[in-house]
Amino acid sequence: MDNRIDQRFSELANDGRCALITYVTAGDPGPDITTAIMHSLVDAGADVIELGIPFSDPMADGPIIQRASERALAEGMSLRGVLKIVRRFREENMTIPIVLMGYLNPIEAMGYERFAEQAAVAGADGVLIVDVPPEEAKIVNSQLVAHGLEQIFLIAPNSSKSRIDGVCEFASGFVYYVSVKGVTGSKSVDALEVNQHIAEFRQQLSLPIGIGFGIKSPESAAAVACSGDAIIVGSAIIEIMERHADDFTTMRREVESFVAQLRGALDGARAA
Amino acid sequence: MSATPNTRDIEAPDPVNLPDLAGHFGIYGGKFVAETLMGPLAELERVYSAAMRDPEFLAEFEQDLAHYVGRPSPLYHARRLSRELGGAQIYLKREDLNHTGAHKVNNTIGQALIARRMGKGRVIAETGAGQHGVATATVAARFGMRCVVYMGAEDIQRQSPNVYRMKLLGAEVVPVESGSRTLKDALNEAMRDWVSNVDDTFYIIGTVAGPHPYPVMVRDFQCVIGREARRQSLEQIGRLPDVLVACVGGGSNAIGLFHPFLNDVEVKIIGVEAGGDGIETGRHSAPLSAGRPGVLHGNRTYLMQDEDGQIKPTHSISAGLDYPGVGPEHAWLKDTGRAQYVAVNDDAALAAFHQLALCEGIIPALESSHAMAYVNELAPRMAVDQVIIVNLSGRGDKDIQMVASRSGISL
Repeated sequence: MDNRIDQRFSELANDGRCALITYVTAGDPGPDITTAIMHSLVDAGADVIELGIPFSDPMADGPIIQRASERALAEGMSLRGVLKIVRRFREENMTIPIVLMGYLNPIEAMGYERFAEQAAVAGADGVLIVDVPPEEAKIVNSQLVAHGLEQIFLIAPNSSKSRIDGVCEFASGFVYYVSVKGVTGSKSVDALEVNQHIAEFRQQLSLPIGIGFGIKSPESAAAVACSGDAIIVGSAIIEIMERHADDFTTMRREVESFVAQLRGALDGARAA
Repeated sequence: MSATPNTRDIEAPDPVNLPDLAGHFGIYGGKFVAETLMGPLAELERVYSAAMRDPEFLAEFEQDLAHYVGRPSPLYHARRLSRELGGAQIYLKREDLNHTGAHKVNNTIGQALIARRMGKGRVIAETGAGQHGVATATVAARFGMRCVVYMGAEDIQRQSPNVYRMKLLGAEVVPVESGSRTLKDALNEAMRDWVSNVDDTFYIIGTVAGPHPYPVMVRDFQCVIGREARRQSLEQIGRLPDVLVACVGGGSNAIGLFHPFLNDVEVKIIGVEAGGDGIETGRHSAPLSAGRPGVLHGNRTYLMQDEDGQIKPTHSISAGLDYPGVGPEHAWLKDTGRAQYVAVNDDAALAAFHQLALCEGIIPALESSHAMAYVNELAPRMAVDQVIIVNLSGRGDKDIQMVASRSGISL
């Protein structure tokens, strides 16, 4: 069977739609809520779920995802706990692709092989390790590939042609274009610049390109929906969850409404 | 069997020629950062290796070390302390006499010269004890660069004189409230600033950790310590020392002393980590003594981490050693056995602080006091004609409030 990520991207390409990838940190604010929120994301129109593996030192993340990580760790979340969340989600949903996103150290602590095996068994489809560039990817990549997991890589506005070649050597599924120089949830994306960069990267990359870091609203999502194959939104969702931390029903409703707006914006932009 | 990297997979190369081109010391080191920083790191590597081959750059660096820092720093025979301990002769490499009061300035001058070559008008730094922050603010003032220093909120409390020094030098000091509010969190925050402002900003890392080329660049700038000590030892004593001792937090003063001696196999090398309340309590900052390999802050090295790979909170009386990782070259030196690493507790470091003040009229930094504490143990077990060189990496003026409060005195 094809990897769910590839399947989903090819279906969306056939329909002329832009994928909506939504990020939440596993275990924030608690493991049960994460599973429920994942279903909410899907119900509201997400095509792929990126599930953050909390880490004590999330260097590439801004304050919003840092706080989510801290809350999850305070609740006792661990990489094993993250995989348990994936398993629980899969009990009810066998179609939506799940990409695990995190930093290398928790994965290294578990052992690459054990992690790859258990992530695949749990039902994950891809892994994005933020602090693993292609130069350091060889060993971990061989384990992921051996277990049918796709490794997602970041590309940035300042990635040279030779760096993109390096990414192509190991990347599968899609590549994640970091649309702003900065951390997650920082400044807003400059659509004109992004669209231009993506056009250049297309000449070298055959994989679908997702655009993330700095997409905060349906408007900013719509502005880049035509050049990207996917839009990735994380911090904006976590911010909503934070705002309604004391009321789970409202939290879920507000997240669903926001994700539905993103969905509408993407489909609207593509139709226009 | 896990496929996680293992030292056994790597052939042992000549320790002096490390790291390899990708920044690896065996399995350690490397470049574990998000893609956005890979381009800037490659550019830094280019500029840095060109500078190290440029006689003009090297001459300017040397000139600054001589006339701005005040090098060479003396190699001082601590006769009274040696006599009191009744064993080996103890020589102090007096990095405390450098401008700004510690070894840190050797590196910040080098990196500021690189920053200027790259046309960067803004420098940022992380700091624990504040010594690296002060050394960065100092060179930024001298070169007319804007300077932002990230410092853990807890460290700001315990090192307030240095905070004010940085401000006097025109730097902005940003308190870091995330995580454990110490050095590692300041490093995270500096990295975030760098990735966001990479076009006009140079990140002056203060220790031999971080992504390649930082560990090798900082080492190269700090090696002046060991080169001088080696020459001074031959001139003053007529031979090489038997043992080198230095404290290890990130490990820049230690690698600066050790590296020029790596091929002198008869010279024993000992790094002293911060044992905090005691290794057995878990409240310490001694990853080489009690941690295991992992990846943090851009490099693979020994880390204090839990079962799940989360970085553990650290503790040391000395803010400059209060860090859960260590430079990758030290990890390599430990695994290969070329250097040994031990840990010294807060109390022993404090006792050594007082002892050096009373016995030699030198108030050492609490960081350096860890090295002195180990020397206190080691020297009596050695013969009187043997020689220990210990790196007195900084002076202790910044620590007097902390020491006073531990003695129940308020200044």
